[in-house]
Amino acid sequence: MSAIVETVGLSRFYPGDGAPVRAVDGVDLVLTEGESVSVMGPSGCGKSTLLHLIGGLERPTAGVVAIAGQRVDGLSEAAWARLRRRGIGFVFQAFHLVDELSAVENVELPALLVGVSRRAARKRALELLERLGVGDRAGHLPDRLSGGQRQRVALARALVNEPVLVLADEPTGNLDSHATGEILRLFAGLREARQTLLLVTHDPRVAASADRLLTMRDGEIVEDTRLDGGLPRQAVLAQLVGWEA
Amino acid sequence: MLALLAKEPAHGYELRQRLVQALGPIGEVVNPGQIYVTLARLERAELVRGVQVEQSAAPDKKVYEATPAGREHVASWLMDSSWTKVAPTEFHLKLVAAAATGLADPVALIDAQRRELLRRLREVQRLAESEPPDGDGALLLEGSALRLQADIRWLEACEQRWSGRRAG
Repeated sequence: MSAIVETVGLSRFYPGDGAPVRAVDGVDLVLTEGESVSVMGPSGCGKSTLLHLIGGLERPTAGVVAIAGQRVDGLSEAAWARLRRRGIGFVFQAFHLVDELSAVENVELPALLVGVSRRAARKRALELLERLGVGDRAGHLPDRLSGGQRQRVALARALVNEPVLVLADEPTGNLDSHATGEILRLFAGLREARQTLLLVTHDPRVAASADRLLTMRDGEIVEDTRLDGGLPRQAVLAQLVGWEA
Repeated sequence: MLALLAKEPAHGYELRQRLVQALGPIGEVVNPGQIYVTLARLERAELVRGVQVEQSAAPDKKVYEATPAGREHVASWLMDSSWTKVAPTEFHLKLVAAAATGLADPVALIDAQRRELLRRLREVQRLAESEPPDGDGALLLEGSALRLQADIRWLEACEQRWSGRRAG
């Protein structure tokens, strides 16, 4: 299986009072194609910074980042922008939608920017909005949408170019239980399409949907463990029976 | 099981069918052997009564029904609102004991427990996805998933407390 993300000694320090703050401190990480990985850890442990470093939104103080085998830590801003447009989908807690464009226009924008035809872009955008349960809001401007709806529009926009890597920071932060379920189903679809998913989250449902769990503390990965294949189904059910009895 | 017999008598195999119907995939875990062991225990406690029924083409089978004492037992069980879930209490005691004795690192215990609960939640979510959303099985699995989520969130609070203590 090929590595989609590889980091070696990845670090990001901020100046602090006295000693620098080690937001990310010597992270070695390999994410393979089609893998979904969640990152948990207390607030301020460096998990969002790690996501920003991998997506090129922040530059490392030290260390190497490679995406799909290509070293990217030295790329220019323009080269990063090209890479993000085609290869990386970003989902943030703050959704940065263009206020003057309708939901569907926001979603199709990245597709149009890489040369997809108007028709195909519109079709893909509407499909995604439909799957996320906001198809009936396609013509609305962002300020006519609820927080949860805007978040799903932003997610659709991140996915419209079928990126090999999806980086998500609290993707269900503003969502109710039902909308979270729709997003989790969409993520399951990404796995089937062999897209790689890195999720920073506090939401146990989102974390548990991944194949692998990273735990960060003080800028370091203190635990890297598989969530899949751990327990046979019968064992889980047996535990539940003991538990519900 | 006793509650399922309180409705109407059944033999062991029927009872298992009822369990599966009532509980969905969780009911499938109960193997037939466990059913007969439990029935025998309930019979000794005089909460159920077994009656041999002759069959022409097959060996006799035993049909079980709830006794009046058994029905009363079910009724008081139905009215009992205590919420038996001691895991958080016990885990809390483990953390205190781990720190006091130095036999384990509380934060490591929390990490291990969270990992375990996330694995369970993952399996429960997978199972729920494969169930028809309106079925009884899905509803029960949702209950399990919500409890696991609550416990995982509580472990996060534990982590904050105990990693603070470790640093301080």
